[in-house]
Amino acid sequence: MIIKKPDDVKSSEITDEKLYLNRRNFIRGAVLAGTTAATTLLYRTLNASGKKTAETAAVRKPVTGYHTPEGEPANDLEDIANYNNFYEFSTSKQAVAVRATGFVTRPWSVEIAGLVHKPKVFDLDDLVKLAPVEDRIYRLRCVEGWSMVIPWLGFPLRRLLREVEPTGEARYVHFVTLLDPKRMPNQKTGVLPWPYVEGLRLDEAMHPLTILATGLYGKMLPPQNGAPLRLVVPWKYGFKSIKSIVRIALTADEPKTTWSDYAPDEYGFYSNVNPEVDHPRWSQARERRIGEFGMRATLMFNGYGDQVAQLYSGMDLKKYF
Amino acid sequence: MALPDIKFVKLVVFMNASVPIALLARDAYFHELGANPLEFVTHTTGTLALIFLMLALAVTPMRKATGQPWLIKLRRMLGLFAFFYGSLHLFAFVWFDKSFSIRAIIDDTLKRPFILLGMLGFVLMVPLAITSTNKMVKRLGGERWNRLHRAVYFAAAAGVLHYYLLVKADTRIPIAFGVVLAVLLGYRALNKYFPSITERTPARRPVVRSQPN
Repeated sequence: MIIKKPDDVKSSEITDEKLYLNRRNFIRGAVLAGTTAATTLLYRTLNASGKKTAETAAVRKPVTGYHTPEGEPANDLEDIANYNNFYEFSTSKQAVAVRATGFVTRPWSVEIAGLVHKPKVFDLDDLVKLAPVEDRIYRLRCVEGWSMVIPWLGFPLRRLLREVEPTGEARYVHFVTLLDPKRMPNQKTGVLPWPYVEGLRLDEAMHPLTILATGLYGKMLPPQNGAPLRLVVPWKYGFKSIKSIVRIALTADEPKTTWSDYAPDEYGFYSNVNPEVDHPRWSQARERRIGEFGMRATLMFNGYGDQVAQLYSGMDLKKYF
Repeated sequence: MALPDIKFVKLVVFMNASVPIALLARDAYFHELGANPLEFVTHTTGTLALIFLMLALAVTPMRKATGQPWLIKLRRMLGLFAFFYGSLHLFAFVWFDKSFSIRAIIDDTLKRPFILLGMLGFVLMVPLAITSTNKMVKRLGGERWNRLHRAVYFAAAAGVLHYYLLVKADTRIPIAFGVVLAVLLGYRALNKYFPSITERTPARRPVVRSQPN
């Protein structure tokens, strides 16, 4: 190895100090920019806040005028369609809309079975012709402590039940969500036992407030909200309102329901909205209405007590939570 | 390997650790925090506090396993970022969920184990943040400072448990944090008895065994 003495190095071969510093600064700038860009990308990927999906962005913000009878305005479609608990697609409420994009809901059949005189497999397009659809602007209270006002489009479940004529022994109604891990990718995980199942007492199912929803804001239901057919029981916590239904069966015994089966001490069969019965891990006394900053008091039966409280007269609602 | 310019490395870490808060602020300004922005801020800052706790706890194992002693110089900053995001998380809870009602906060803390654990984790971090300056290290003396700062193990454990207890069914992420924490603490246990397995001597430099752990 030849070590040149300083005198041997031609001055033209020495990198100019200014150039050397420039190059160093350039590399450092690139490292800073590169790593922060990578961190930004990582943050955006892992912590998406729920962007507008193509489907919901295409739907114009609806004209105002959707209010509950009490005068509460409906939430924006954008919020309703981008903040969903639908574990079949994702356990992140912000991610469901994206994952459910392109979920195919036609053809779709719904089997009505069990203790009925006229069991039948309906094609969805025939089922929705059973009764005219109507706007139902309901409060939805999630067991997690948030709520929305949602303008559903649907018809009373009892119209369907009367069609199939429950037998005298029928006391409960059992609902089942589609099981298809190819179309509902999160069913590949064991987060919950699949398929999702729910149930109502027959008198709850026959109540005029209980509807089968096929749309919201006057349009077809987006996949993330339970397309093509979902239950809506406005006085119960949201998880009772099962989505993407493929089977409804009338039974004599209380049917198994997903959440109360998963954690019986936390979620009961009834799961009526009740500010006096806390979830074992958090309070149910208040709720955050999406779009509002403060918290509001949660109402007994989600504010539908006038119409539904008689269903539970004489029952200890702390025991049958 | 030549020692990296620690000042520059610190700048890189600082800038990257500030990315989440910058994006949170940006998204808040443009109303892009989703349908439930308050919940989003609370969850994001809580998760960030745990991430930075894990990063701070990863410094010692990384340093020993790779034989790069200079990594220790990043630990304070990572720990302080954990405290920063943890403080924001607590502030979000106290403001958004409890509207600064001391009574409601105390009630909730005593009634809900997951909130109690979160509070415990935060309270344990406070003295660590206060004693994080060079002056405080000197004043306490290395040995006492080290003993005090072992509280971070309990703060991290409380934080992970706090997260685990609040999720409804999908426990995968809190469990992942638990596994990472177990590995980081397990390394320390192993290192105590079998340093020959866990440490790599820095090339041509003597090992300094008395480095703060």
